[in-house]
Amino acid sequence: MAEKIKVNLRKRNKLTAGDIAFNTVNYLIFGLFTLACVFPFYYLFINTISDNQVSALGDVMFWPVGVHLNNYVEVMKIRGIGRAALLSVGRTILGTGLMVFASAACGYLFTKEKMWMRKFWYRFVVVTMYFNAGIIPWYITMNALKLTNNFLAYILPAIVSPYNIILVKTFVESVPASLEESAQLDGAGYGTILVRIMIPLIKPILATIAIFGAVSQWNAFTDTLFLMSDAKYFTLQFLLYRYLNEAASLAALLKSDPTLMANMDLSKIQTPESVRMTVSMVVVLPILFVYPFFQRYFVKGIMIGAVKG
Amino acid sequence: MNTTTVVRKATRHGLPDKYKLFLMALPFILLVLVFSYGPLFGWAYAFFDYRPGIPLDAQSFVGLKWFQTLISSPVQRQEVIRVMTNTIVMSLLNIACSVLPVAFAVFLSEIKVGWYKKTVQILTTLPNFISWVLVYSFAYALFNTNNGFINMLMKSLGVLERPINFLASPDHIWLKMCLWHIWKTLGWSSIMYLAAIAGIDQELYEAARIDGAGRFQVIWHITIPGIMETYFVLLLLSIANFISNGMEQYFVFQNPMNRNKIEVLDLYVYNIGLGGGSFSYATAVSILKSIVSLTLLFVANGLSKVIRGNTIL
Repeated sequence: MAEKIKVNLRKRNKLTAGDIAFNTVNYLIFGLFTLACVFPFYYLFINTISDNQVSALGDVMFWPVGVHLNNYVEVMKIRGIGRAALLSVGRTILGTGLMVFASAACGYLFTKEKMWMRKFWYRFVVVTMYFNAGIIPWYITMNALKLTNNFLAYILPAIVSPYNIILVKTFVESVPASLEESAQLDGAGYGTILVRIMIPLIKPILATIAIFGAVSQWNAFTDTLFLMSDAKYFTLQFLLYRYLNEAASLAALLKSDPTLMANMDLSKIQTPESVRMTVSMVVVLPILFVYPFFQRYFVKGIMIGAVKG
Repeated sequence: MNTTTVVRKATRHGLPDKYKLFLMALPFILLVLVFSYGPLFGWAYAFFDYRPGIPLDAQSFVGLKWFQTLISSPVQRQEVIRVMTNTIVMSLLNIACSVLPVAFAVFLSEIKVGWYKKTVQILTTLPNFISWVLVYSFAYALFNTNNGFINMLMKSLGVLERPINFLASPDHIWLKMCLWHIWKTLGWSSIMYLAAIAGIDQELYEAARIDGAGRFQVIWHITIPGIMETYFVLLLLSIANFISNGMEQYFVFQNPMNRNKIEVLDLYVYNIGLGGGSFSYATAVSILKSIVSLTLLFVANGLSKVIRGNTIL
């Protein structure tokens, strides 16, 4: 018996031809798919830093040609971009902050069995995950609340997130009750306990939902499409969409003054392509910057979600 | 101890704890009431001939007219069939592709070089975190006819005489949408399965190997059964979402050429409603959609109860 095991183990250590073939194909397929995931990011980036004339011909394919950073300087001068960037950043910070606080507060409060009709109110909030009135009733409601062409439309509806409340509530339930009771004996009210004791204890879950919330705020696009007609309220994502689809609106933005053009280095003059790609990079860069640092939170997040609340 | 706390609080602030707790939660409950329940009252518009700017009581009540419109004429019926075909085909394709994350996780686990595995995992997850607008921007940069990467590449390799307009043509649009969906979500969806695989008892693997099981036997008899539960829950959830495939992806990719084939139910509601101004008709479609969705959710939940002995809700 022992001998047989030894033989088998030796066999494991030596790769058979089949193993080698399998590994080669396996590594190759994963390598190719990974490349396909990353290449678009790389392709856009090299095009934004390349000679715009070469880029417009489609000749920047694998590496940058005639490197310059002028596109990033010019794109910031486009009317409306600065404001859109500010709105995007604003809704991300404010929207995420309020959502995280609301989730912490609700997650904590809904564990308190003393609350008047607690079960009912908890279900009242959570059940909204499963239905949706549809966009027209939603639009009419937002319009009636004067939340069309209003920055608050980006913030208010996203504050209460039933899914995140479930996640936080599950986490709060795992916190030892003794910690809270001792504070209660010292005369702390629920508000104090929430802010001073509970929130510091549940930081890991709050960090996770904050990351997801921030990504979805930054990437949000349809709310602008539905609710905002005034260009004052366009976010970066929406401007990018417009640049991609409305060649006319884009051309109007570009410098077309011939005397000005004559004095400029042709390789650095903006083209519709350069604007599209550069705005795309501006939109994706924040994600690329935070992604490596928060990758483990993303992974943790989906794992928590896998456990039913 | 609890009662003394309650009594002390009640006398100090004059309000029993149970109401105090409720009052603290009230602002959030009100937000839910306004933004999640409020729109439900808008369903009333499906029974009126709504024109924007006029209050509801001044509109003419039309009963079920809009629901009948849905199937009233052959043209209209054709329209409904077209949209439902798009919706169902796209959902079926996505459900069929739901085995890919499983395969992804299983085969990635076979990679024993740590850094390679980690790199693949991190980089393939990245597309999940960008918006569909950005995905479209990528698609445009890579596939447009003027200077897109693919057309340029094929031209320089001499495979192509005239550029192919990948984005505008309605050919294979369902497949293309499915492929973009895979590109964006495959790495991310596999994480759950990778975690499930990591949770499988390593001794099972050792035992199987000592018994002389080959690589594929181990995968088939140990890894796959170990992640079936997770797969099944996700599959049931996708049944619940069968007619709600969202509009964002299809909206950014739609254009006059491919519209007929790309218009899924959610996008159709947007196009006829906010796009076309038929508020009442779009609301009627929304209502029907909600009813079907809820039914599917309960069916999935019931299935889960029968098969797994556990609900998903």
